[in-house]
Amino acid sequence: MTVEAYTVDGDLMTLNMGPHHPSTHGVLRLVLEVDGEVVVSCRPDLGYLHRSIEKIGEFLEYPQFVPYTDRVDYVCAMNSNHAYCLAVEQLLGSVAGSEVKIPERAEWLRILFAELNRISSHLVAVGAFAMDMGAFTPFLHGIGLRELVNDIFEKTCGARLTYNYITIGGVAADLHAGAEAEILAFCDTCEREMVRFNRLITANSIFKGRLAGVAAVSAADAVSYGLVGPNLRASGVDFDLRRDEPYGFYSRVQFEVPVGGAFAGARGRVGDSYDRFVLRCIEILESVRIVRQCLEQMPKSAAKADDPVGGWQVDANKQLRKPPRGEVYCRVENPRGETGYHVVSDGSRKPYRIKIRTGSFTAMSIFEKLVPGLMISDVVAVIGSFDIVVPEIDR
Amino acid sequence: MSRQPLDAAQIHALVVERFPAVTLERSENAQPWLKAPADGFLDLARFLKDDPRLAYDSLMCLSGVDLATFNLPPAKPVPPPKPGAAPVPPKPAEPIKPVEPSLACVYLLHSLVHRHRLMVKVLVDRNAGVVPSVESVWGVAGYFEREIFDLLGVGFAGHHDLRRIMTPEDWTGHPLRKDYVYPTRYNGVELRRAGQRFEDGPYAGNAP
Amino acid sequence: MAECGSKAGNRDGEQLALTCVDDFLNWGKENSLFYLLFATACCGIELMQTGGPRFDTDRLGMIPRPTPRQADLMILAGTITHKMASRAHLLWKQMAEPRWVVSMGSCANAGGPFSKYSYSVLNGMDKFLPVDVYIPGCPPRPEALIDGCMALRERVRRFRALGIRDRDPVVIASASPAPVCGDQGFKPQRPEGQG
Repeated sequence: MTVEAYTVDGDLMTLNMGPHHPSTHGVLRLVLEVDGEVVVSCRPDLGYLHRSIEKIGEFLEYPQFVPYTDRVDYVCAMNSNHAYCLAVEQLLGSVAGSEVKIPERAEWLRILFAELNRISSHLVAVGAFAMDMGAFTPFLHGIGLRELVNDIFEKTCGARLTYNYITIGGVAADLHAGAEAEILAFCDTCEREMVRFNRLITANSIFKGRLAGVAAVSAADAVSYGLVGPNLRASGVDFDLRRDEPYGFYSRVQFEVPVGGAFAGARGRVGDSYDRFVLRCIEILESVRIVRQCLEQMPKSAAKADDPVGGWQVDANKQLRKPPRGEVYCRVENPRGETGYHVVSDGSRKPYRIKIRTGSFTAMSIFEKLVPGLMISDVVAVIGSFDIVVPEIDR
Repeated sequence: MSRQPLDAAQIHALVVERFPAVTLERSENAQPWLKAPADGFLDLARFLKDDPRLAYDSLMCLSGVDLATFNLPPAKPVPPPKPGAAPVPPKPAEPIKPVEPSLACVYLLHSLVHRHRLMVKVLVDRNAGVVPSVESVWGVAGYFEREIFDLLGVGFAGHHDLRRIMTPEDWTGHPLRKDYVYPTRYNGVELRRAGQRFEDGPYAGNAP
Repeated sequence: MAECGSKAGNRDGEQLALTCVDDFLNWGKENSLFYLLFATACCGIELMQTGGPRFDTDRLGMIPRPTPRQADLMILAGTITHKMASRAHLLWKQMAEPRWVVSMGSCANAGGPFSKYSYSVLNGMDKFLPVDVYIPGCPPRPEALIDGCMALRERVRRFRALGIRDRDPVVIASASPAPVCGDQGFKPQRPEGQG
């Protein structure tokens, strides 16, 4: 709850929140100056998980970098893979003669798995946010559902967390036998469980009252401070890259883009923490819709991997040995918003420079402005509602 | 406001009326970009954001590139040592002589009003290159600029809090520069394991 | 508990258990290994899922504690950078003896995929802390983590309050192979000696 018209009496205490703190979702440090319970200034201290992934990219060949994109954002590794592979394919496609033509089924598989991963990422986000606010049970519901997604991923690509599945030229493997039925069964379970989840926490009047009006971000601020994805839409800006700059086969599926609208009731404001929470809950269900449409429209698997319709991977190694010189900026809609890869190529087999723009990093920039005036316990709500994932900040 | 996306030539024509030093360039894969001088870049940024025909209200990405080795021929691969032969110590790399200006700040802009994009580059010198900070125009720029200051060593004039952001405050060097020498010790710990070599890149031997 | 002599029954003088102090204390310690809720990177999600409903570490008496003062066990889940290393060491120093350290995942073991080219990642947290159990994997599966915790319980059982502490670490043979970055890209390899 914002403390209006509060005067600082000059007796300030510096409070270190992190780098080890259960609700900072990793190793994020906030240096808060507090007057009693009210925060007067906030200085984020980043870099505790700076793993120099961008520098590593300059030493590896294009396909070798894909596993590192898993680790840029491990909660939604599929989407990170997707962003990087699209960027490299755009780079190859920017000059005639070196295009990579992705098989149709691979395109469907890409958005199918990207959406499944969006579901599992949002489940962690809403569950962990509820846990930060003191409700432990929703977290267990979220984690339990996430295990089901992990099972599907594990059977198809062999890993539970860092998939390395979407590759340059398609995807690494076709669906495992019986996957369609499992995914459909998961969709049913997910919709049923989300009803229970919403009854448990989203519609809970204590939870609503706790978050109504907390840390509302205006639309102008959200755009200026680079908020993206659900955080941007919660502030009332109707912009989704999947719909407005469609990549892959997103132009062939129908889905709604939810926008924040003071869902918390009388005390709620557009762009407050509760809006950001609700938007993620809605997006889970929209992703389930997309997953179903993918399964309906996907062509049957062909015998050959590089079949233009039913295949799942084409060999791009010939083009990658001599990529065109130049640069490309490609952005996609991740669960945490726009993820952009700025890839500069000097014509060699290794990227000259890879810059990764992530939603969590830009969300940190608004903290210095947003947090002063809030209570200490609301800082936790801000971190949780922005869905901060620390390796995305630090890379 | 109605949506009127412009192409790069139209945007350049609008910009060059007020900023004659801005030129329209194309990278080798036909991506258009505007080359802007560092002097007066803040005014250009304000113009790009406030002009209703351009309305670049969001800074998608601010990326820094070290162009020092961009046009150098690729390094020759080191042949694997013959079995039984004594290991040849790697030759110390020659110091690079970059063509100034060798650092680029790449501003990637997007307009939510007109839904058009723009890439603007400001090229600065390696030593003491300074660009005006645009955090008063796009709030997010403050953090991007700190990152570029930390990792590439570009200064930003007028930034309210220009400190290292990723690396510890007592770190030396700017890691994303192409001539960056990896440290051997930090905080009392050997950083590289015995026998590890740095085979790749034109600076093989620079790093331990 | 070691069977040093016990008598079942409901009358006075029965229900006596004779044991040595260490055995009794270790019985308590190994069944209540409270771990520090400390996660830095990817392995933290697997740690979280291990604590979740399917794998449920609570049934092993392992309950997360947010503060190091209440924790017996530190699970190093994720990459430790140079900037973080001194902080992690401080956390370890704040834990009360006897304290235990499990290194989870390739990054905490040896720097993982970042060990070769990264300038900021510490090549193994064992440079700062005495590690009891190493669990390879990137990230290890929850089963591997539980396996590591069971190995740690063996070690807790051998702990002697007045003795010399066992310092040789245990390496868990993980079900999931650790990726090693080689010249051919990423290829799964098992740790040496476990082929």
